[in-house]
Amino acid sequence: MGYKIVDKKQLNDVVYLMDIEAPRVAKSAKPGQFIIVIIDQKGERIPLTIADYDVQRGTVTIVFQIVGDSSKKLSKLEIGDSIKDFVGPLGRPSDFVDEDIEAIKKKKIIFIAGGVGAAPVYPQVKWMHENGIDVDVIIGARSKDIVIFEDKMRAVAKNVYMCTDDGSYGFHGNVTMLLDDLVKNQGKQYDEAIVIGPMIMMKFACLATKKLNIPTIVSLNTIMVDGTGMCGACRVSVGDDIKFACVDGPEFDGWLVDFDEAMKRQTMFKTEEGRKSLRKSDGDTHSNPNCKIGGSH
Amino acid sequence: MAINPVKVPVREQEAKVRATNFEEVCYGYNAEEAMEEAKRCLNCKNPKCVQGCPVSISIPEFIQEVKAGNFEEAAKVIAKSSSLPAVCGRVCPQETQCEGVCVVGIKGDPVSIGKLERFVADWSRENNIDLTGNIEKNGIKVGIVGSGPAGLACAGDLAKLGYDVTVFEAFHESGGVLTYGIPEFRLPKEKVVNYEIDSIRKLGVKIENNVIVGRTITIDEMIEEEGFKAVFIGSGAGLPSFMGIPGENANGVLSANEFLTRVNLMKAYIDDYDTPIRVGKHVAVVGGGNVAMDAARTALRLGADTHIVYRRSEEELPARVEEVHHAKEEGIIFDLLTNPKEIHVDENGNVCGLTCVKMELGEPDDSGRRRPVEVPGSEFRIDVDMVIMSLGTKPNPLIASTTPGLDVDKRRCIVADEDGLTSLEGIYAGGDTVTGAATVISAMGAGRVAAAAMHKYLKEKYL
Repeated sequence: MGYKIVDKKQLNDVVYLMDIEAPRVAKSAKPGQFIIVIIDQKGERIPLTIADYDVQRGTVTIVFQIVGDSSKKLSKLEIGDSIKDFVGPLGRPSDFVDEDIEAIKKKKIIFIAGGVGAAPVYPQVKWMHENGIDVDVIIGARSKDIVIFEDKMRAVAKNVYMCTDDGSYGFHGNVTMLLDDLVKNQGKQYDEAIVIGPMIMMKFACLATKKLNIPTIVSLNTIMVDGTGMCGACRVSVGDDIKFACVDGPEFDGWLVDFDEAMKRQTMFKTEEGRKSLRKSDGDTHSNPNCKIGGSH
Repeated sequence: MAINPVKVPVREQEAKVRATNFEEVCYGYNAEEAMEEAKRCLNCKNPKCVQGCPVSISIPEFIQEVKAGNFEEAAKVIAKSSSLPAVCGRVCPQETQCEGVCVVGIKGDPVSIGKLERFVADWSRENNIDLTGNIEKNGIKVGIVGSGPAGLACAGDLAKLGYDVTVFEAFHESGGVLTYGIPEFRLPKEKVVNYEIDSIRKLGVKIENNVIVGRTITIDEMIEEEGFKAVFIGSGAGLPSFMGIPGENANGVLSANEFLTRVNLMKAYIDDYDTPIRVGKHVAVVGGGNVAMDAARTALRLGADTHIVYRRSEEELPARVEEVHHAKEEGIIFDLLTNPKEIHVDENGNVCGLTCVKMELGEPDDSGRRRPVEVPGSEFRIDVDMVIMSLGTKPNPLIASTTPGLDVDKRRCIVADEDGLTSLEGIYAGGDTVTGAATVISAMGAGRVAAAAMHKYLKEKYL
């Protein structure tokens, strides 16, 4: 039972790649979508990016960073092990999937990936490549040793521009500084930007693209439970509307997203540290010791 | 012989004790109590109770078997009409269905049909009674979307008729609202829900979890690529509503669906489960339906003092009387004729208060209930650190939007005729996805009606 791990690679200190056997998901997956995994019987539902999919092999590639107990537990599983549940594809595919190819070809598109964001950017750029569309990609990271997916991206993008915060590789600076440099100093023009990375990076990228007047799509990594639209844990303010990232997104017009609110919501119980502090601050209402729960389980 | 006008009381866990645990509130009848209660049934020639039951169980017939102590026979009578008797005996609003029309109820208490059904179902589980019978397979594939009460009832009936039934379920656990929504203290999961789902599996029904119809597979693919000859859509109404008031996206404002899913499905209240939950010390649950009661009583069990905030009066509460009674006994505070206006948020984005306004009842509205009207200048603030929105749910548009030709109405409910047939040949639908949020038993009834119609259709076309 379960979904078998058929390949596993460690991409840097805290980022792992796995190929999971899930033929139904592989067959239906499109760029822009995500999946949810549950590792074991007591596991939580964790939304993860689809980094690639292979219909022939019936596999879906996931890339994840260790941020808490669940992702740590997942990273310890090996090839041949299985995870209990693997659900998807979830969310709406990227808009371009249904657009006219010739119309897309006329646009100059730049993808901007921050950190692990290179993984979800990859299937989008690959889709562009397979449809004969040239795009540019910026990959940004804190430093050289945590860059992922560079070679894969170079194989499908026209130009790949690298940048690191500490200057250890490529352009010295963050993705918005590099974008500024490309547009202002290197004569690049873009009609659309697609930005995927940490929430704070997407926020600042949007402020930058607004100044440069490049309409921008972002992919939101909110807290999720079911991922099918039935709970609203993932809700975000987009313009005047409340949207559920899992069904209305995860991609939205970046200029309209209320990032400050989204970032506050994201911190709700993101890490085990957070949960421990919750336990401390909320005391017995976090899990009531007088509550004789579990007796019937 | 005179009929006792008073029903045999049912044993319950004491309110103070149960408010701190998730064990079942109601213990149900034992054999002696059940036989005693069964004596109160008049065995009517033209039983009104059967008409009141959405799946038309032969109620007097099974009660006569209980009266004689033939519990296995009673279980067989019920099994002819219901695939989930232990569930329905617990969660049906009997007061508006079978018991509401019971003749004995005219001069005294109606016969406790629900508690008797529950007794028979629990007894047959405890005694491992096999109600499967012999099924002759016909090899025709039928697909069911959703493993809630509608889908399970439809699947059970079609399997008994010999069909090769596969249920596709988006969640990792089956049961729909029985599993993620209704709490353990009203409907035990392992003992009751999982057991009844296993009984349906024993009929040969396959349940494929983690399949989201509309995303993982479409209905067209089910028909064209996987060889299903007919499909029943029982995907429910799971999309929560919010009020649209300021502060609603603050940390600590949840839909009842999220709260109950974290607790019931993900077992967030048990420490070694990985799903986190954050329960405030002072919780307001907005709404007055059964889901609101479930959410409030769950928050209370997790240690919070809990308010129900409802804009109409007690009389209009849509929740079952029994649930409101239980909630009050346990110490839930009812703020009636009260409507939230604004949620206050602290600098970290957390809920820190709720401004409400007093309401009074005006003229009846479209639903026939008196419309609540704000009392000017009556704003007041209550200190809460968590708000649970329980304002009802709508059908998820995913299936309709990925199935060309499937008609929906303006509420996004799938349009189906009295047999459950949709605008597409061979595609049936029933339960909340057609009616909007309703009851477990009416969903089961719709599943059974559709199963009968699908059998008729498939028989003519393929048998």
